[in-house]
Parts: sequence; structure tokens; C-alpha cells
Amino acid sequence: MHPYLPNTSEDVKEMLDVIGLENTEDLFKTIPANLRLKKELNLPKSKSEIEVRGIMNGLAAKNSSIDELVCFLGAGSYDHYIPSVIKHVVSRSEFYTAYTPYQPEISQGTLQSVFEYQSMMCTLTGMEVSNVSMYDAATSASEGAILASVQTKRKKVLVSRTLNPEYQAVLETYLSFREVDIEFVDEKDGVTDIENLRDKLDSDTAGVILQYPNFYGVIENIKEMEEMIHENKSLLIMSVDPIALGVLKSPGELKADIVVGEGQALGQNLNYGGPVLGFMAATSKLMRKMPGRIVGQTLDREGKRAFVLTLQAREQHIRRYKATSNICSDQTLNSITAAVYMATLGKQGMKEVAVQSFKKAHYTFEKLTESGKYKPLFNQPFFKEFAIKCDKPVDEINEALREKGILGGFNLKKVNEKLGDSMLIAVTENRTMEEIEKFVQIMEEI
Amino acid sequence: MSTVLEGLFYTKDHEWVRVEEEKAYIGITDYAQHSLGSIVYVELPAVGDEIEMDENLGVVESVKAASDIIMPVSGEVLEINEDLEDSPELINDAPYDNHLVVVQLKDKSELDDLMGKEDYEAFISEEE
Amino acid sequence: MAYEKLIFELSKPGRKSYALPEDTLKDMNISDYIGADYLREEELEFPEVSELEVVRHYTLLSKKNYSIDSGFYPLGSCTMKYNPKINEDVAANPKFARLHPFQPEDTVQENIKEISGMDAVTLQPAAGAHGELVGLMLIKKYHQMRNDKKRNKIIVPDSAHGTNPASVAVAGFDVVEVPSNKDGSVDIDALKGVLSDEIAGLMLTNPSTLGLFEKNIKEIADLVHEAGGLLYYDGANMNAIMGIVRPGDMGFDVLHYNLHKTFSTPHGGGGPGSGPVACKASLMEYMPVPMVGSDNGRYFLDYNVEHTIGKVKNYFGNFGVVLRAYVYMLSMGSDGLKAASTNAVLNANYMKESLKDHYKVAVDQTCMHEVVFAGLKTKTDKVSTLDVAKRIIDYGYHPPTMYFPLIVEGALMVEPTETESKETLDAYIEVMKQIAEEAKETPELLKDAPHDTPVRRLDEALAARQLILHWTKE
Repeated sequence: MHPYLPNTSEDVKEMLDVIGLENTEDLFKTIPANLRLKKELNLPKSKSEIEVRGIMNGLAAKNSSIDELVCFLGAGSYDHYIPSVIKHVVSRSEFYTAYTPYQPEISQGTLQSVFEYQSMMCTLTGMEVSNVSMYDAATSASEGAILASVQTKRKKVLVSRTLNPEYQAVLETYLSFREVDIEFVDEKDGVTDIENLRDKLDSDTAGVILQYPNFYGVIENIKEMEEMIHENKSLLIMSVDPIALGVLKSPGELKADIVVGEGQALGQNLNYGGPVLGFMAATSKLMRKMPGRIVGQTLDREGKRAFVLTLQAREQHIRRYKATSNICSDQTLNSITAAVYMATLGKQGMKEVAVQSFKKAHYTFEKLTESGKYKPLFNQPFFKEFAIKCDKPVDEINEALREKGILGGFNLKKVNEKLGDSMLIAVTENRTMEEIEKFVQIMEEI
Repeated sequence: MSTVLEGLFYTKDHEWVRVEEEKAYIGITDYAQHSLGSIVYVELPAVGDEIEMDENLGVVESVKAASDIIMPVSGEVLEINEDLEDSPELINDAPYDNHLVVVQLKDKSELDDLMGKEDYEAFISEEE
Repeated sequence: MAYEKLIFELSKPGRKSYALPEDTLKDMNISDYIGADYLREEELEFPEVSELEVVRHYTLLSKKNYSIDSGFYPLGSCTMKYNPKINEDVAANPKFARLHPFQPEDTVQENIKEISGMDAVTLQPAAGAHGELVGLMLIKKYHQMRNDKKRNKIIVPDSAHGTNPASVAVAGFDVVEVPSNKDGSVDIDALKGVLSDEIAGLMLTNPSTLGLFEKNIKEIADLVHEAGGLLYYDGANMNAIMGIVRPGDMGFDVLHYNLHKTFSTPHGGGGPGSGPVACKASLMEYMPVPMVGSDNGRYFLDYNVEHTIGKVKNYFGNFGVVLRAYVYMLSMGSDGLKAASTNAVLNANYMKESLKDHYKVAVDQTCMHEVVFAGLKTKTDKVSTLDVAKRIIDYGYHPPTMYFPLIVEGALMVEPTETESKETLDAYIEVMKQIAEEAKETPELLKDAPHDTPVRRLDEALAARQLILHWTKE
């Protein structure tokens, strides 16, 4: 009948005989008749692949992706180079059609890949433990905030206004329901207002969330803030760009307690925002309260090294109501994708990607601000993203750019009126020098 | 069949209490360690914590379960068994020799609410 | 000889598996822009391998995995059905995969509403548990907006999946557990006993976690609504009822779907999934933003939801997963989805009848898409449900779900799904029967299982006591 339904009418008859029923309708006798759906579902009938392809290709044709538009848009989602091997390895059905590795003997592929992912995340972030994954940066920041509150037994979390506005919004939702207070620390000149932070830190503060580099691409003075945060016996939670850590000091070196962030840049496609990869790493002190799955190394009964989901007593299927988090399905395949990416780039590549992104962004910045038509919005050190003041509405500029095949930067006025007409531009190693020259030239002409 | 010792008090949550003058040694019974399986971690309160009867004392974790330990009698925590940090499996080996905490007994009359050997044995044979 | 290496153990300094264009900005030095305080000092202990080594490493690792494409997963409550390849093709189309979320807009929503019998849908939640959380947030907001501040409790049956009570806690509610009857249905008297003006709602799955249809659902819904509460539907068991009955018609106010269960999107070894939430009109104004609005055939992202609970995820949800589910729904259509549920239920009952002489059926009545056994029919102390499960692996199958639901002792939950052929079911049934015999005659075979897998039974206690959670360079 349908390619995904193998039962022939003969099969059905044989099975009904074994069960002792007349027809398949009888299977549903336990459902009260008054609840039964008496009509067909109001959906189109089944379609062949040829028809489905026609429909989906038609829909796709209405989209322009970043293969057609040269991408200078970032704001949390980045067009980094994705090595070809990734797709070929991760699309192996043994990885993507596998279930959660609750039976470790037949899931060593998934478990070892994730163990390697955890290992690389630990050295990248400088932390002692990493979990398998969370949904995304926004929810992992929220889970980090809740973790801090549970650990310190304090009821408030401070969040910098220089965090990605999407993360701020999700944090507000999550924490308001969990009855953890959220207070925002002002932004000043593109960084967290340190004096405002000092004022707001009190005995009720469980943790402070800072982004590194922040939403505006700026590298903030984490050290000074870290000192006052820890003096207050609060936890430092940092939301980081994993690519930047190829060259910037790791959050571990900066004494973070909890590290979260977006792993999309680690070999994932943009996927219109999802699925992506939230990650969380922490000090070993917090290990037993960390949400999410964790893979550990052990031995089998023949003394062979093996990997298994461990510390499961933290999770919902055991702790139920008392679990710190309700997470069950996560983003495992995306963690495996990140592992393959990090293994492919390796020690040298992670550094080179970071360096080239940095240099190309700074080159673009210098060229764009050369003539004086565009001025820097902030006077701050940045990594691969920067903001410029524009002489006309950003949406207008972006329309003009689109006509020339370029996806322009983010309109900052949309999230912060005070910043006026200003654009947040991201430049990664994936941009060629020609693309950058063309971009600058067009920007000058608009 | 689980071991139940003479001279101890027992709770419905499978804790045992050994009283030595004003102090109470608290642990979990053979029945408890058996149902939990291999114990991998014990979360204990801090010395000096004041805990009331029926409040949470700590958690005992095994691979497949996490059990809250309920305070059988009120008191201030005088000692915690630090051996359990590195070797939580001691509880599996000898549940009555490895207490979790020692507390200062606040109110001896609370012991009247606990079970003795026979009552506890009857209780667990119903559960088994 | 099984492959045993970690990627770090293949590493050799100087090897490369990537190439970037040459750096033409040689005169630029990062240290001129960023002070030493923020430049990395610690070595990045990443491997250095060639491209072939990367490919070979992960290919060999993948071969140690069991997967749907290579075998049957009768996992109750997980709906491990076939993951259609056209879904993957569509999701990989760069015109879907390479869209930046902040690009200008368009997408899909109507089908989910129809199947559920609800009035509004959000595709934001990234997993079933995430959807549960959103549903509970909607319920909380509903009561908050009515200034009904006493309602801070949610009733959850003791047969519920662990995410239910965990989500309740994350949403800031207290849990009230209500006992189930022996057949897994809600104990109506017990329910009446806990209903009060402090109850915000009840979370339920139907069919229940024992795979049986909750016959009294109308009465339950009425009781909860009369007490002023709302009803939440955990959509994990949706595969039993598509086109047969709808949660909206049963009286539920809000639900989540698991796209990675009912709607064929792949499990990925644990994720990504997706848990869209659908609700009745009474909760519509609280839905997370953005919703998708349409205006004359053009779709747009609607941030104007008056009393929204806010945002629950970056961007719009797991778009790539939703896309796959959409393709599945297009392929199956109204007739296909109903046939899927019908066959799923047929297969499960066939399993039940065929195995009930060897395994103890928890409740002997017509089941829905899954059947729960309380372990072996002949009770034995010599082998546990775990041993049975591990022995199933020796025969080349993934074991069923074990020890869930908690209210059935030594439970084995079997959900064949509709995409398995009768031949597969029959072969599996033979294996299960064989193992039941072995349990009596040669129990050591079960206790030592599995025998031929890449690794044998693991020391999980050791894993939890001596924690090695990442590789360390010696």
C-alpha cells in the first residue's frame, strides 16, 4: 500500500487470526465510540516521492540560501567552513538512525564519538567536565543559571545586556517559571557596565552570565568582573564562541565555573536556526548537578576499555521530580558532528580558523571605516564581529546589498533603539578577499 | 533474606539508628543497600547542620537509582563519614558498620516512633 | 579484530586533515589588537590526523553501532520506525539547510493542528521534554492571568515517563503523584481525592504507558476541568491513534508531539528531536513567540502574541527536524497516517498473542501500539529482565524497553511499529521464545550475555565511581 508499510492483506489476515479478531476495526474497540474520529483527517492523501519532491523543490526555490548570497550576517549563527568529510561521516545510517545509547554494548560508536567530543570540549574550554549536549546556547545558558542557583542555594542570577538578545529572552522565560530572579546588568560602550555589576552583586546572587566575545563581537574585561563575582561567592557563567577559543584565552583559564554556548559554528549547517548545538562544561565540583547526559570510560567484564552513559542518577528517568533538568532527547548527532569537525581541523586547524576569521574581520573593519562614511560604533577590541554606525536605515542598506548578492549584517536597532542605525557584521575564514573587497566597495557606493 | 541487627532502631525508609548516650549513629540497612545495588556516591550534609526529623539528610546514589535519606531523629550533625567519599561501596559491603553521619540527639522521645528489630523484620517481609 | 583506538591515539604532530586558503594578511598580528591577558596560553590538546584517518576512524566506530537501518528496535515508548530517506534528501537541500535564521521569512504549520484536533501550534520546542515544559508554562500562565495564585500543583500518575515530573519541577510546580490501577489506568477515586483548587492540571499519556487506551478519559477530563484544572497530553504514544482519535476531542487542552517518534525523524543517537506543542483556543494567547502568521499566502514571523510566555529556544525550533516530519506527513497523507497507526496496533497485538505463553502479559486485554510484559512467565530468581535483554542482543536484536513503566515489576515494553514486516516480527518472536527456554535450561547464557558484541557487559558502577569523563594526555 505504502512503501513504509510492509503488511500485505495476507499478512493482516494471518495476524488477525492469531489475535482472534475479525478485522482491524476490532483492534480499537477499547476506545469509546463517542471519541472516535468519524471522518478522514482533513489532510491531503498520500503522495509518491515524485510528487513530494515537486512540492518541496517548489518551496525550496522560494528561498535564497547563503550559497547564493555572500554572508556577512552573524549575530549568533555563523557561516564557517564546513569540511566535506563531515557530511559523509555523519550521514552514515549507523550514526543517525541509532537510538540513545542505553545499551552500551551495541552503541560504542555513538558513545566513543561523544566521549571524544567531550574531551575536545574540555580542552577547548579549559574545563573539567563536558556533557553530551543541550538544545542550544539560549537553553544551555538557562540551565546554567538554574545550576548556579541550585549549587549556591541563592535565588538570583545577573545577566549582562551584552548577551545575545535571544538568550536574554529565553533566560527570562525559563527563570520566571522556575522562580529564580533575573536582573540585567547595563551595557555601556558595547561592554558590560562594570560599576553597574558591582552595584547589583549581592548576597542573593547565585551567578553572573557574561558572553565572550559578547553579542557585539567585543572581547570584554572578564578578569576584572571575575574577581568581584568570586569575591561575592557567586558563580561565573560564560557563554562562549567555541571558534574564538582557538586563539583566545579559554574560559577555564579565566576561572569560569560554568561554560555554555552555541556549537553551531563547529561544523553544523545553519539549518535556519535548528537543530544546532548547545554545550555545557563545568568544574568537577558541579559535575553531579550538571544537566544532560554524560559519557564515561569504564571496563567491560573482559577488562576491555568501553564507554557508557554515566552519572545517570542525575537525570529525569531516575531522579524524576528531583532532577535538576528535564532534558531527555538532546542534540547528540550534532555533538558527533562537532567532534568530527574538531578532529578534522585538529590542533593547527582550530587555531588557523580562529586567526583567519580574526584577521579577515579586522581587515574588513579597517577598510570599511577608512573613508569615514561608516564609523565604528564602539571603541573596543573584537574577535570576528564588529558594529558600525550607518548613515541610513540598515534594512535599506541590506536590500541594496541583496540585489548585489550579499547578505548584509544584523540591524542592531531592532534589539536596541539607543544604538540607532547600526549594523553588526561578521567575517569568517570562509569569506575570500575578493568577497570582502566587493562588499566594502558596494557599501561605499550605497 | 536481609540482615537485621539487634539493638538498633529502624525506620520505614530503611535507615538504622544506633544510640550511644547523647549521640545517634545513622546508616542504611542491608535491605536498602541491596535494593539500591552498587552504590557509587553518597551526598552528605555538612558538620554543624541542624536537621529535623523527616527532613532530607542526604542522598545515596547507585548506578540505577538515587535514594533520599530521611532524618530519623532531629539533631545537629557532629560527624560525617568521610571514608564514604572515596569508597561509597563500603555501605554495600557492611551496611551496619558504615554509618553516614553522627548527630547530637535533640529529643530522645523521638526514638519511640521508630521500629525495633522484630517490627522492622515484619515490615520488610511484607515488602519483599 | 575490533577497532579500539581513540582519535587522540592516532594523532601525530604535523598531520593535517584540512586546508584553508593562504593567509594573505601576513603583516597583521593578533597580539597588536588583543592583549596577552586574553590570548590563549594553554595548549589545545586536539588530535592531528590526516583526512583518511578521520574518515576511517569514524567509519569503524559507526560499525560498532546498532541502528534502525541495520536492525529491529522493539523499544516501547520510543516508536523506532523507519527513517525515510527522502526526508534526509529534503533536509539536506542547501536551500533549506543553508538558511541563516535572521534572513527574511517563510515556513509550515497547518498539518500538526489537524492531526491533534487543536487550534494553534508552536514548533519551537526542541524535544518532547522541552514541549512538556512549554505546555506546563502555558498552563501556569493561564492560571496566572486569571489571578488564580493557589494553583501550584500538577498531578502526575505514578506510571508516567520520568520527563513528566521533571518538567513539572522545571516549570516551578509541585508534583502530586496519583496511583494507577493495576492495568495502568488512572484510579478515578484516587484522582478525586487529590483534585482541589490548588491543582493547575493533570499530565497524562493516552494510550497509557502500559499501552492501553484510557477508557475513562472523558470522565477524567470532566473531573479535572470541573476542578478548574487543565489537561496536558504527553504525545509519546501518538503512533497508536493517528486518524483514529484525537487528543483535542478527548478533552486535552494542550499537548506535545515527539517528531522523532511518531513522525519518523531520526534519533541521531540521542537527538536532535523536536517537540511541537499544540493547544486549544483558551491557551493560544500565551504561546511562545514567534508564531507563524499568514497573510494572503505570504508567511511571516509573528511576535505579537499578546500574553506570550516568551521565548523558549534560540530562533524558531529545530527547523531541520520539523522539515523532515513535514515531508513524512506529505508522503503518508491522511490515509497513510491512519494506516500507520492501524498497523502499529495490529503488530503489537500480534506480538502479545505470540509471546503470552512465554512472557507474562501485564494486562491481558487488547493493547494499542505497544505491549508490556512483566518479565518471564515462569518466575525465576536465576535470571532478571536485564539478563533477558542482554541475551536478546546475542541474537542480533536491540532489546525492548526495560524496567519501564515503574509500576510493572521487571517490565519489558515491546513496540514493534508499523514499518516492520511480519517476517521480522516472527523471527523476533522465535528468539524471545528461545530465550525463555534458555532461562530455564541454561541461565548462564543469559547471565553472561552479550557474548559477541564489540564490548561485553560493562562495569557501570566503576564508571560512576571512578569517573573518567574525558581523555587525558599522558
